[in-house]
Amino acid sequence: MCALCGVLGGAEHWTDATVRPGVFTRNTDPVQRRRERFNRVANAGRVLRFYGLTLSDWQSASFLLSTATGKTELVDNLGHLWVAAEKLLGRPCDPLDPAFLGRLEAGGD
Amino acid sequence: MTEAADFTPVNLVTGFLGSGKTTLLQRLLADPALGDTAVLINEFGEVGLDHHLLERIDDTMVLLQSGCLCCTIRGELSQSIKDLHSKRERGLVPNFRRLVIESTGLADPFPILSTVQADPVLKHHFRLGNVITTVDAVNGAVQLARQPECTKQVAVADRLVLTKTDLADSETADALVARLRRLNPSAPLWRAAEDRLDAEALLSHDLFALGGKSVLAQRWFAQEVDAHPHAHDRNRHGDSIRAFSLVFDGPLDWTLFGLWLTMLLHRHGNAVLRVKGILNVEGSPTPVAVHGVQHLVHPPIHMAAWPDGDRRSRLVFIVEGLERRVIERSLAAFLALGAQAPTSAVA
Repeated sequence: MCALCGVLGGAEHWTDATVRPGVFTRNTDPVQRRRERFNRVANAGRVLRFYGLTLSDWQSASFLLSTATGKTELVDNLGHLWVAAEKLLGRPCDPLDPAFLGRLEAGGD
Repeated sequence: MTEAADFTPVNLVTGFLGSGKTTLLQRLLADPALGDTAVLINEFGEVGLDHHLLERIDDTMVLLQSGCLCCTIRGELSQSIKDLHSKRERGLVPNFRRLVIESTGLADPFPILSTVQADPVLKHHFRLGNVITTVDAVNGAVQLARQPECTKQVAVADRLVLTKTDLADSETADALVARLRRLNPSAPLWRAAEDRLDAEALLSHDLFALGGKSVLAQRWFAQEVDAHPHAHDRNRHGDSIRAFSLVFDGPLDWTLFGLWLTMLLHRHGNAVLRVKGILNVEGSPTPVAVHGVQHLVHPPIHMAAWPDGDRRSRLVFIVEGLERRVIERSLAAFLALGAQAPTSAVA
């Protein structure tokens, strides 16, 4: 179910449709699928840490997005990630914000 | 990936009021190749359509309170398509293999496209096909200058049809074509009065239907998108919409790209009228085609082969009020994260 809209079956997202063909289909190697989810969490973490947020896998079904103080949102897919992040932060997450880009490029905290 | 044959393609015919949408449809539907096409139309203009499948849509928009624009659903449109699907399944209407929606001239095409792709029932039976936009050669320039919907309709088009070219002088038509090319450099353009309108080429030839054949994606980049890098300087009519392409060397990480594009579209989706491109994705021997309209991104397609010897990732943007250099900088910064320490995650 799409947690945001309450629409049943609305959870599929374009970023899940293809990574390597078959990764997210049910018939392929589950180890490969788990590896992809961990890779996804790790890569998201590289961006989210600039907002003080962490992402973790939840039961290989969803993701948990948390602040340093423990406020947490359940996230179905990357499509909902930024909605949840902005809700937790109370401010916009703008990939074109020069200050954010400066920190991202510097790679530091 | 889903097989093309499982889904009924949905074409949207859009264009400003009086730009000749219905006349175009009338011409196209006369083509035997489109004999099994159903049509949904939400305004009855002066030109009557004599077709065996015509349904009327009431113009109602439902915007869910969640504020998630990707879930903007036009309730009546959704219901009309479901009714048509239900009738087809029960044998009450002929077994149509294509659906064409003619929008009102004032409609923003995005919610219509979003309905087909986001509706939990429709998305399992229908898929988006080409968007065809008609532009009136006589009044098009004025409409583009005054009506933001008109500009959006041109920007999201997969095919442009210039109508009434027999009524406009060639200078006016040529100036308009130049303007359309700046707004949407990659959509093939037909002149309705002079060119033979090939219904197949207009409606059927899309990337999904052709199984990701690379010749189509090649066409996206065939036009030199950046031929006029300073076009906005010459065009001082408040035209904040511009098209540009970005090229990236080397394979990119799909997740980082996904994180970036979802973040960009979440914050600036209204300003990204169009994004499409072919990507060299790590782990994939063939390119992946991505294609989005505002907040909506079509399911990516693994293409059969690279269109040419160039293995770089290429993206074309049509944006309103966003700076090319900032978008390029942002994407580069995200992709560079992939070069950092390898992930510790091992399953």
